[in-house]
Amino acid sequence: MPRPFTPKVVTASALIEGDVIYLTADDTWSRDLSRAEIITDEAHAQLRLLHAERQANELVGAYLADVAPGAGGPQPTHFREDFRRRGPSNYPHGKQEAV
Amino acid sequence: MYRYSEFDRAFLAERNRQFRAQVARRIDGSLTEDEFKPLRLMNGLYLQLHAYMLRVAIPYGTLNPSQMRKLAEIADRWDKGYGHFTTRQNIQYNWPRLNEVPDILDALAEVGLHAIQTSGNTIRNVTADHFAGAAADEIADPRPVAELIRQWSTDHPEYQFLGRKFKIGITGATHDRAVIRAHDIGLRIVERDGAQGFEVVVGGGLGRTPMIGSTLRDFLPRADLLPYLEAVLTTYNLLGRRDNKFKARIKILLHEHGVDKIRALVEEQFLRLRGDFSGVDQQRLAEIETFFAPPAFRDAPSSAFDDARAADPVFRAWADTNLSAHRAPGYAIVTVSLKAHGATPGDASSDQMRLLADLAERYGHHELRISHEQNVILPHVHKSDLPALHAALRNAGLGTANIGLISDIIACPGMDYCALATARSIPVAQQIATRFEELKLEHDVGPLKIKISGCINACGHHHVGHIGILGLDRAGVENYQITLGGDATDDAAIGTRAGPGFSADDIVGAVERLVLAYLDLRESRDETFLHTFRRLGMAPFRAALYPRTSDMAA
Repeated sequence: MPRPFTPKVVTASALIEGDVIYLTADDTWSRDLSRAEIITDEAHAQLRLLHAERQANELVGAYLADVAPGAGGPQPTHFREDFRRRGPSNYPHGKQEAV
Repeated sequence: MYRYSEFDRAFLAERNRQFRAQVARRIDGSLTEDEFKPLRLMNGLYLQLHAYMLRVAIPYGTLNPSQMRKLAEIADRWDKGYGHFTTRQNIQYNWPRLNEVPDILDALAEVGLHAIQTSGNTIRNVTADHFAGAAADEIADPRPVAELIRQWSTDHPEYQFLGRKFKIGITGATHDRAVIRAHDIGLRIVERDGAQGFEVVVGGGLGRTPMIGSTLRDFLPRADLLPYLEAVLTTYNLLGRRDNKFKARIKILLHEHGVDKIRALVEEQFLRLRGDFSGVDQQRLAEIETFFAPPAFRDAPSSAFDDARAADPVFRAWADTNLSAHRAPGYAIVTVSLKAHGATPGDASSDQMRLLADLAERYGHHELRISHEQNVILPHVHKSDLPALHAALRNAGLGTANIGLISDIIACPGMDYCALATARSIPVAQQIATRFEELKLEHDVGPLKIKISGCINACGHHHVGHIGILGLDRAGVENYQITLGGDATDDAAIGTRAGPGFSADDIVGAVERLVLAYLDLRESRDETFLHTFRRLGMAPFRAALYPRTSDMAA
């Protein structure tokens, strides 16, 4: 029996900066996970991923990452995605510097 | 130290020009990422968790002050004001922008540095004893040989597409500080009947399948080095597995075929290749050696050192841990700790790099080294200069007196930076160092090597830590396995797994229980953690780690 589809966001790295980016519902890319489009349908997820992969001159390595819907937008369900969202945890000098 | 020739400079300029064009073509869409990736990796450029990472080679760990200042300038101009020194004597910049990397490479080339073969399935940066040219126990300076190997292996057409990366380490001393038994090829300069040659160790390596290397030749004549290395590499290139990247290292060949068969194959290749070497390599080595002449050591009294040591307990603590015996009378080797308690192991700010360059000029005969233990070495400091040197280091946050102690931890970048990591390693190192600073036990515990890796690839050398820590992903949660009894020195050994792993919240407490148990178990202050472990075995330490028997079943 197939596993149920869990909510996803499309994420990648920006080509020039390498920054972690997320696909928004209005087809832009954001550095902020809270602005990412939460995808709940598997077919739609594949279409959004294809849409991202066609933008190879702007980004690298697009993939679908698991999230859980939350009050402040999508929340990572795995610690790797949590670190990608926040930046390094050893001292504030990545994304968390601006938080 | 080695100074680039016109040929070297032209080679680097052309190489950088090529890469600049490749970057431009990636950005304008002429190259896909699949096409571009192998090209950027050939120039040390990775895409990591949060940004690009540029890995710059520090050949055999040697830098001059101009080079160190250039590394600082790059950190300020194109990165976030710091660099990370690694266990393979490289420096990594964690935040470069793709379109600026060609400018960084050109800046490096101005001082004879580069990022070639710091990635990819090729012969990587050749590492060496970080006390080379200075150590009291040295037979010969290994750096000229390392430079010869660098020149021979750089862009060597036969070795650009090996089955996997290939690491060579070399020492010229009786005590192994270069971890030669954990390299694909480890070389030790030895003497026999008044002649110098090499002990050649092959098939060591850590990672997924950790192995201690085997001696293929206990004495290889000096003139035979390059043809013998070619014989080893050619054997590996022909026989090495390409069906499974996890089994593609030469250590797997030795394991699968046995050392005797590999030795026979290498000797067969060596006989075939030896005649191709006309002696030009030895002429080149002789030329290189002239660049590594020892500095003009001065003859001066060292009473200022003795006076400061007697009067200042802070200086005494630093001198007792951070100095090593030098071959020249009145001199010491200074290891500057990049492991301030709570800091990221191996990180140096641009200001710290510039200060170290200044101090090397003022007190250190213009020489610096980077150790595989992620510290900086001033190899030649007269003892009378040590009080002033120490004061300058302290003012810059570089005076930590912990070399070889519990907070002098090797830690890979882990999941705070690395795309391959399965868990973080730096915060664990930060927390352990802070905990033992608070307990004020560090100097009482004495020599103890903790090494932490954030994944099975073992960049943090956890297998050869007295206490090794491996971070893993267990069902979406960071989990840390402990190994005990590893050793990176002459009696190289792979540590033994103690039992089930610990959560991120529990790992520091587990290490504390281990160390407190050691303090109870040791026969005297002279018995180190490793000696106590070797005397008593795993059982008492396992009991300390898992005080409830139910923990062992977890």
